[in-house]
Amino acid sequence: MTAVLRQSLAITARQLRALWRQPVYVAVTLVQPVIWLLLFGALFKRVVDLPGFATDSYVDYLTPGVVIMSALFSAGWNGMGMLNDLQRGVLDRFLTTPARRGPLVAGPLLQAVTIVLIQSLVIIAIGAIVGATFPGGAGGIAILLACAGLLAAAMAGLSNGLALITRQEESLVGAVQFLVLPLTFLSTVFMAPALLPGWIGDVARFNPVNWAIEAGRSALSADVDWSLVGPRIGGLLLLAVVSGLYATRAFRAYQRSL
Amino acid sequence: MALAIEARGLEKTYRGDVRALRGLDLAVEAGQVYGLLGPNGAGKSTAVRILTTLARPDAGSATVAGADVLADPDRVRRAIGVVAQRSGVDIDATGRENLVLHARLHGLSDGPARAAELLGRFDLADAGDRLVKTWSGGMARRLDLAMGLIHRPQVLFLDEPTTGLDPEVRARLWQEIRRLTEEEGLTILLTTHYLEEADELAARLAILDAGRVVAEGTPAELKAELEGDAVHVDLAQPETNGRAVHALAGVAGLREVAVDGALLRARADDAGRAVPLVLAALEGAGARVASVTVARPSLDDVYLRHTGHAYAEGSVR
Repeated sequence: MTAVLRQSLAITARQLRALWRQPVYVAVTLVQPVIWLLLFGALFKRVVDLPGFATDSYVDYLTPGVVIMSALFSAGWNGMGMLNDLQRGVLDRFLTTPARRGPLVAGPLLQAVTIVLIQSLVIIAIGAIVGATFPGGAGGIAILLACAGLLAAAMAGLSNGLALITRQEESLVGAVQFLVLPLTFLSTVFMAPALLPGWIGDVARFNPVNWAIEAGRSALSADVDWSLVGPRIGGLLLLAVVSGLYATRAFRAYQRSL
Repeated sequence: MALAIEARGLEKTYRGDVRALRGLDLAVEAGQVYGLLGPNGAGKSTAVRILTTLARPDAGSATVAGADVLADPDRVRRAIGVVAQRSGVDIDATGRENLVLHARLHGLSDGPARAAELLGRFDLADAGDRLVKTWSGGMARRLDLAMGLIHRPQVLFLDEPTTGLDPEVRARLWQEIRRLTEEEGLTILLTTHYLEEADELAARLAILDAGRVVAEGTPAELKAELEGDAVHVDLAQPETNGRAVHALAGVAGLREVAVDGALLRARADDAGRAVPLVLAALEGAGARVASVTVARPSLDDVYLRHTGHAYAEGSVR
């Protein structure tokens, strides 16, 4: 067990170093959600006039949504690093050492979670600057961050698994894009649940992106509905674990191709 | 005699019915450089991937350093170092980071010290803290080798280690490989499609063709099967009356004498002893000699004999 932990730390350190060395990538990852927040915040400013929104400030409503959406987007690309390692022979090299498969997945996952947490804090700060309020306070923000982190881990696991199974940049990009936008729009990121068309509302109930948004929003509100937050965080945790296991299993599919 | 690598009846078919291995057998004694020689597509890399636990064979079995590659891959992984055909270096990290990471994955407690030692030994100490993408190809290859050695493996796999390197860098790597077996008793499985590389480094070698071993032995044994050295004599004037050939017919140990214009060819059991006799016979017959060349049989000839096609023809890429 300690060996697995040491290996995980070593791989994670490598992933974070690689991130640190790509300041442009990091900057884009941090700036893009802010643009979304400001852009969509301005574009849909008046939707809160519609009946069905519990708040009269759209930026209050949108900030947690953009946090979750950005977590999904940035974690979706996490598999590109795995693909890169695979194509350069770095992965084969890891696989001929006694390193377990778990740490080889844990490293990229923790990298995705790290960048999502930083990204989320930036979005929350910018949201606060443009007038969002978070009645749930620090505890609420912590729960939103947990939701974003778990969703990022789940998406990154899927992305790494897809990278190992498709082994092609085009396929990975296609699969991620195919998933990410529908998952975002079949949710309450932009629109209050009461205003969603019936079928989208039905789909959204099974959409993990929506679980994360609803739990985060509830946690940030003045009176947190724990019966809503608890199961959704549980669901996200389960999904992250399943997704991590899927990525670990995907090594077998890759090795069968060798 | 302990076998460092033993493979029996390895078979591997890839999707699309590509039969990469068809019953590959190998027996490599500990402490030697063993060459796997063959053109691209002969199955060398597939064999290495199976022996290094990356891929599973469809049939057959193999042990490396006494551990079964299928039943006990972890023990195999602890005992082997691998330098693959594709470099496994992370070019977005420094040389030292690459080494320390591998030390950690192997569970070494002295990772940083060992990394520093290897950087020094492979003449990479000055570049050690620069990103590998700023290094030359030869330097990256040396780092590859250093990474394969960081945990002091018993068996080292070198899959076409010098492909794409310039001759000077290649010579340097050869020197290092020789030192590893001679001084450290490492067993090395070297795959190559360079005949001269196998000849230069391998104590024994197996020639692979279409997924199986077609010839096995020391380079000298394999060449000795070819029976004799080639003797070529350039005459000062083209032979016109057959007297030179006639003169050579009586030389002991000389066979297959043939003439083509001014060039005389023959085979000799021992060219060293035959040449003075050939020269004396030709002088006696009044034929003037411009030059004499003697060629030991090369692995090219061995390859041709065992596969039925010349080496260059066999390589498909």
